[in-house]
Amino acid sequence: MTWTWFHRLGSPPYVYRLAGRLTPWFGWVAAVLLLGALYDGLVIAPPDYQQGDGFRIIYVHVPAASLSLMIYTSMAVAAAVGLIWRIKVAHAAAASCAPIGASFTVVALITGSLWGKPMWGTYWVWDPRLTSELLLLFLYLGYMGLRSSFDDLQRADRASAVLAIVGVVNVPIVKYSVVWWNSLHQGSSLSLTGKDTIATPMLVPLLVSILGFTLFFAAILLMRLRAEVLRRERAASWVREALSS
Amino acid sequence: MTHFLHMGGYAAFVWPSYGVMLLAVVLNIIWARSVLARSRTEARRRAAIQGDSE
Amino acid sequence: MSQGPSSPLTAARLVIARDLLLAFRRPEQLLQPLAFFVMVTTLFPLSVSPELAQLRAIAPGVLWVAALLAALLALDFLFRDDAQDGTLEQYALSGQSLTWLLLGKTAAHWLLTGVPLSLMAPLMGYTLGVPASAGAGIMLTVALGSLALSFIGSIGAALTLGVRRGGVLLSILILPLAVPILIFGSRATQLAIGGEPYTAPMELLGAIVVLSFTLAPLAAAAAVRISLE
Repeated sequence: MTWTWFHRLGSPPYVYRLAGRLTPWFGWVAAVLLLGALYDGLVIAPPDYQQGDGFRIIYVHVPAASLSLMIYTSMAVAAAVGLIWRIKVAHAAAASCAPIGASFTVVALITGSLWGKPMWGTYWVWDPRLTSELLLLFLYLGYMGLRSSFDDLQRADRASAVLAIVGVVNVPIVKYSVVWWNSLHQGSSLSLTGKDTIATPMLVPLLVSILGFTLFFAAILLMRLRAEVLRRERAASWVREALSS
Repeated sequence: MTHFLHMGGYAAFVWPSYGVMLLAVVLNIIWARSVLARSRTEARRRAAIQGDSE
Repeated sequence: MSQGPSSPLTAARLVIARDLLLAFRRPEQLLQPLAFFVMVTTLFPLSVSPELAQLRAIAPGVLWVAALLAALLALDFLFRDDAQDGTLEQYALSGQSLTWLLLGKTAAHWLLTGVPLSLMAPLMGYTLGVPASAGAGIMLTVALGSLALSFIGSIGAALTLGVRRGGVLLSILILPLAVPILIFGSRATQLAIGGEPYTAPMELLGAIVVLSFTLAPLAAAAAVRISLE
């Protein structure tokens, strides 16, 4: 049962139509979640004991940073699937991830910088987490640059896939840099296994925010995926049908 | 209301942060839509050319 | 030429021997990265300050940035000649493990560029006010770091093979991956210059070397096959 579903995901016309139907769902649910998280985070959540109202940057900074890592990982996985099983749709998905991931990385760096100034006294410090997040941005840009330097789309897909996979080593470095090194950046407040160190009324808008941005990413990804799928389908007749609808 | 905008003195940092995120959200939407629209036009054009040559 | 199966290790050794022989027929190409290294290093006393005390403080960073840039320059030559005259294609079609052949090529590249750089580095360090006693430490750290750089760089060189003016793109791609080498390498050099034990960053550098020479040829081989399609 599951394998037919997986095979259908490799079919461009199926993906094109499915993506088209799913995009508005993801988009609107994301909008509702984000507006809710916005109100909760800015108005309802109590000010922090140490950071006052400044801590509210957390509701944009942490989702941006989490998403920058999650998107890169997805991109690398999609690239690997495309490379190993030679599935065009997977390459299309990887290509679609990159600009979105890069934009979230930029947001993470800027919001982090704006949070650092009042809290640490400086807009930037070369500590492991900030440095590796900056490197993540360079990896995204390098990936997009490598793609655009090839005329042949297939070669662009496969070469950039190798780069994406090699670069994924940076993701655990960003994530665990606060554990491995003495970093100025604070340690993890969220944990999948242990107890969270953040108070619940402050935690809820953060989780909703992360979920909302994830769904937002999905919606944008699906839009870009449809565009990439169309690019890769040269002579297919389904394209004519799909576009006239 | 002013207390809200003031953000406990951190307004200069909090509001630009939210602004940057909002900008990123809006730009992502616009950019993705334009990329999709362009590829649809391209694909339609390609399909029309093939239709003529058949 | 003799035929018959030989072990991948033999094939790699033959590739190293071939590359070394070819390189020594054109020694000017060997000197270019070295000359670049010397020139970049001398830019700093000229632009920052001729004060030896100040130079000594920035010496590790200067030496490493210059070595990194020189290595990046040299990486351009790693596959270019062989790709152009079809040798790389022969390697891919030969039935020998392309991974091992590329391991051989990259090792030869390090012998031709990284080793001379590591011999030159203490000299340039001396011009930057570094005491001569730190010479051995500098040589060791640059040798190890440039080895890791050659292997990680081989991935970038393989990826940008088919690209016009791929040299700049190569540097951009390699830089994020080369940063850990730069960080640990210059830290090790800094400790060596200060006369302190530098085993900790050297061990990390060594770990990166082991990781890169086991995994990088695999990625490079995949990238070369993609470029040759």
